[in-house]
Amino acid sequence: MRKVIMGNHALSYGAMLSRAQVIAAYPITPQTQVVELLSEMCADGILNAKFIKVESEHSAMAACLGASLAGARTFTATSAQGLALMHEMLHWAAGGRMPVVMGNINRALAPGWSIWTDQNDSLSERDTGWIQFYCSSNQEVLDTVIQAYKVSEKLMIPSMIILDAFALSHTYEVVEIPEQEKVDAYLPPFNPPFRLTPEDPHAFGGLTSPDHYMELRYKLQKDMEKVPDLVEETGREYEKMFGRYLGQVEEYLCADAELVFVTSGTAGYTARVAVDELREKGLKVGNLRIKLFRPFPFKKVREILTRVPKVAVLDRNLSYGHHGIFYQEVKSALYGQPNQPVIFGFVAGLGGRDITRESFKEIADYALKHDRAEEEIVWIGVKK
Amino acid sequence: MSKERKMAVTIPREELMSPGHLACQGCGAALAMRLALKALGQKTIVCIPACCWAVIDGPFPYSSLDIPIYHCAFETAASSASGVRAGLDMVGDRETAVLAWAGDGGTFDIGLQALSGAAERNDDIIYTCYDNEAYMNTGIQRSSATPLGAWTTTTPVKHYKKERKKDIIGIMAAHAIPYIATASVAYPEDMVKKFKKAREIKGTKFIHVFAPCPAGWKSRPEDTIKLARLAVQTGYFPLYEIENGEKWTLNLKLKERKPIAEYLKLQGRFRHLKEEEINWIQQEVDANYERVLKKCGL
Repeated sequence: MRKVIMGNHALSYGAMLSRAQVIAAYPITPQTQVVELLSEMCADGILNAKFIKVESEHSAMAACLGASLAGARTFTATSAQGLALMHEMLHWAAGGRMPVVMGNINRALAPGWSIWTDQNDSLSERDTGWIQFYCSSNQEVLDTVIQAYKVSEKLMIPSMIILDAFALSHTYEVVEIPEQEKVDAYLPPFNPPFRLTPEDPHAFGGLTSPDHYMELRYKLQKDMEKVPDLVEETGREYEKMFGRYLGQVEEYLCADAELVFVTSGTAGYTARVAVDELREKGLKVGNLRIKLFRPFPFKKVREILTRVPKVAVLDRNLSYGHHGIFYQEVKSALYGQPNQPVIFGFVAGLGGRDITRESFKEIADYALKHDRAEEEIVWIGVKK
Repeated sequence: MSKERKMAVTIPREELMSPGHLACQGCGAALAMRLALKALGQKTIVCIPACCWAVIDGPFPYSSLDIPIYHCAFETAASSASGVRAGLDMVGDRETAVLAWAGDGGTFDIGLQALSGAAERNDDIIYTCYDNEAYMNTGIQRSSATPLGAWTTTTPVKHYKKERKKDIIGIMAAHAIPYIATASVAYPEDMVKKFKKAREIKGTKFIHVFAPCPAGWKSRPEDTIKLARLAVQTGYFPLYEIENGEKWTLNLKLKERKPIAEYLKLQGRFRHLKEEEINWIQQEVDANYERVLKKCGL
């Protein structure tokens, strides 16, 4: 069935089709429609789930974790300040190996108050041990929720599905809604190896001495390293069943490119249009949209970017006092590789300022004219 | 032949707490858990946030309890328990009771928001606060449950606590939850009865357990029960229940209340108090006790 839905509802449909059993959420602009639709689905009995209307995002995640540990499939969604308030519990989820799936709408952090998009909220949670997927269409949002449950529950690592405020959350697109039976065939019920049950009593998360702690984190890292292959495998399986491949990255005209943009989120969509227009002018450019950000898809990124002479990384985020965060990550992935390209870092679109085709033309112009970046950060569209 | 006298044992024999736990000598909180679990039985899941009990249970991979434990974040005893309840319901287990077990810091202070949320939603959990009247696990810092006049490491003798203890029962009663009770380790039959009752009631239950702490109160370990009993007998910690926020019942009527000085003098944390200050505390205790009596219609 095809439906015209907003990005937020794509998250709701994804959770519904995945048969989430416990949803705990707190409202925040621009996430509200995600949970409004889910609470309606629960109330109408379309979705057989408990909806806990908690009093904060911190409690939302805490309740999801309790439910997950009791053996239920859990879902929540938040944004910006809400995600920041959850921070402690994000570590709890990954450290405790509870495979919650959460939608996060990328919104700039206050102050000053902003409801518009940038990525500093989710990127501030980079090191919490969550899998992070940055999406660029409503279809991708819905499909990725379903895939994320499969990946998360196999490895017992939580997943965050990330979409830009308004540019995706409130934008209506045609979305193919998969049939429930097919989703059921793709995604089996949640059946964790350990759970809270009096039949087999265990203590979860107790005091852990230096004799044991490090091994628990070593295992988390080892399982994180399995994610890229599992995303590939489950993405191909999804393609077989639903006709849409879900990969780690999206490569667009990179093979013969002299300059490749590295993008994420909806900017990655705009970049593709810009690539087409620049190609019409005879400029050999391409686009690599990074979808899976944690764990970082080293193999794919190296494979694609060591074939090109120049790389321009666009960041809608900033690590103050350093560089854009995708720029740091791409540099780190390519450092010491044979045929390491020249890499430029651009920052644009903070706090919801538009990133347009013109922005990419400006980026291409700079990167093609320079042998190396003259500044640590090349700012796009800033009033200096 | 002499007539055999038999006393009915109302406390279950079943032990769900084993020796080998890490509580200090004379710990009221350890005894409280032992009694609570005797009442609740094995089909219980407990959520324990940061508090003494996060340690008492024993380090990974050991546990002194024969029930499942979720060691949760400091401020999440209530929200974690709500989640566990919802999760159990969804996997078809409606029989197991969910117990949130937090100290006074985790209840009166950092966990109050989540507790209020769970109570307002009337989630089906038994929330227990074992109150040792300060942050004992971190080394005796004052909490909002620390009583007026007490020494702690953050209310040193020269600046002993000048604020009253927060009225947590008043706060919970304002939520009109189905069941609230106070309980004391010195009155085990009463305590077991209250936990059994709580298990049978749907919705949010709040049990406030008075749990002396020799290490933090600077009292003798062998005085724990004596202190808990004196707290009741002086009217400092009366034993009562509140149903649906309205029906108040005093469980132990005192013919005569002992002076608070008897209770205070056994504890090093009150040693600095002069007669005048003890009199203030006596007035506070009197006023609070009268208030409870009035609520109970006595």
